[in-house]
Amino acid sequence: MATTATPAGGSRNGTGPEWGGFEENIQGGGSAVIDMENMDDTSGSSFEDMGELHQRLREEEVDADAAAAEEEDGEFLGMKGFKGQLSRQVADQMWQAGKRQASRAFSLYANIDILRPYFDVEPAQVRSRLLESMIPIKMVNFPQKIAGELYGPLMLVFTLVAILLHGMKTSDTIIREGTLMGTAIGTCFGYWLGVSSFIYFLAYLCNAQITMLQMLALLGYGLFGHCIVLLITYNIHLHALFYLFWLLVGGLSTLRMVAVLVSRTVGPTQRLLLCGTLAALHMLFLLYLHFAYHKVVEGILDTLEGPNIPPMQRVPRDIPAVLPAARLPATVLNTTVKAVEVTLRSH
Amino acid sequence: MAEAAESPGEPGTTSPRPLFAGLSDISISQDIPVEGEITIPMRSRIREFDSSTLNESVQNTIMRDLKAVGKKFMHVLYPRKSNTLLRDWDLWGPLVLCVTLALMLQRGSADSENDGGPQFAEVFVIIWFGAVTITLNSKLLGGNISFFQSLCVLGYCILPLTVALLVCRLVLLAKPGPINFIVRLFVVIMMFAWSIVASTAFLADSQPPNRKALAVYPVFLFYFVISWMILTFTP
Repeated sequence: MATTATPAGGSRNGTGPEWGGFEENIQGGGSAVIDMENMDDTSGSSFEDMGELHQRLREEEVDADAAAAEEEDGEFLGMKGFKGQLSRQVADQMWQAGKRQASRAFSLYANIDILRPYFDVEPAQVRSRLLESMIPIKMVNFPQKIAGELYGPLMLVFTLVAILLHGMKTSDTIIREGTLMGTAIGTCFGYWLGVSSFIYFLAYLCNAQITMLQMLALLGYGLFGHCIVLLITYNIHLHALFYLFWLLVGGLSTLRMVAVLVSRTVGPTQRLLLCGTLAALHMLFLLYLHFAYHKVVEGILDTLEGPNIPPMQRVPRDIPAVLPAARLPATVLNTTVKAVEVTLRSH
Repeated sequence: MAEAAESPGEPGTTSPRPLFAGLSDISISQDIPVEGEITIPMRSRIREFDSSTLNESVQNTIMRDLKAVGKKFMHVLYPRKSNTLLRDWDLWGPLVLCVTLALMLQRGSADSENDGGPQFAEVFVIIWFGAVTITLNSKLLGGNISFFQSLCVLGYCILPLTVALLVCRLVLLAKPGPINFIVRLFVVIMMFAWSIVASTAFLADSQPPNRKALAVYPVFLFYFVISWMILTFTP
């Protein structure tokens, strides 16, 4: 044992023979083979390895001290330097081993690195995926490729939350901002996670080839259409325009998702069930966000401040005139919108 | 280390010690404290300084921390590419700014019974969880910034928006009208842009060069939400 230990102790700089690699194995902690005769005894714990190394170094240190005792007598710092340095190296290694143990335990429980591969994207890729989410591809005989990433979907959900907040146009909303923030986040994340899980469950029933990650990514990118529609129609309150966008943009993104799912499912009944459910949920969610969400909002406003805001009308809605600060832009906008509507109606 | 103390038993010895020559080849890791006598004068001075902050007066401690916070505020107001915010991060500034923002965004509690409490908590939670989310995102994208450094930068860069809120409150004391709104809109947009520029100046360097846009976008959303809360605030 001493023979294997001596080069390990002496060649600190790793310049020794093949035992230099032996050194690195210990520090990497990966190799279980330290010593053939101890192979059955080591439990793989690096503490035991370190303990053994420590033991060997102590023995070697004792030998070195005994050998150097005569000539280094009186050279106070010399002996202390040599012995102290060795003990420091050993302490260092013990510390490293302990740190490794602790970080291994920590990484088991608090490992966000599990998610790291799903965020490995380039901006160009995100851009192209956003555009592709609006383009249905008619190839249904071959499973279409779905990019399994989470950055794009997550950012789209947050953008949808921000757009929902932006849609609250009344000025005295700071209390409601607080309540609405929670509702907005809950709605968007609830839709993304809940509907993904539900469709994944249905896909499991229908034997579709899709994983949970792919479903999350697919639905997340499908929210891009929703973001566009809501951004436009929260600023221009024209119902005909909203229905047009709902069908066009919402329809395109739904078709894209449906095409992907159809390409991954076998059997007409299963395809119908899966794609029908997804299409219905996706389109209805957009409808809900535009109409019923506002109703929820106005319900909160009414209960908190009293009904001084006119109830939602089924005609192009004016931005409420109770908002004094926005009267000027509101007037301009409403005039433009009414003019457009009159033009449309006359055709 | 070369000027390590000579053994007191041999004063005036001029013969070269062979062992000193050997010492220069041995590496001693710096963070293991030296036992026994302190052989490096510089090191001893530093260690003395560290222990003496326990004995200084409270005023000294507070003033030192306040100066550090003030220095960082200056760095945010005049954003240059510097490492001060990152190197010595602290969370005092973000805490002060967040509490100020949350307190000022409250309504008076005389209006209705749901005021005050939830509003403060909402703003607080939004700011801190937003900052945590952005930090996690930038770490997952491969950034080499630590968790608290990122929180520090994001928190400090709320300063322009706090200034915007103060200005908005002052402007709201005047007569309400469209001009009022336009002034507030302009101020908030300016400060929003300033916040983003400031935080990008500090955070962008820690990201891989081709992914800066991916890391900056959530910062944009975060400050957008805060700006929206400020803009739509009326007392």
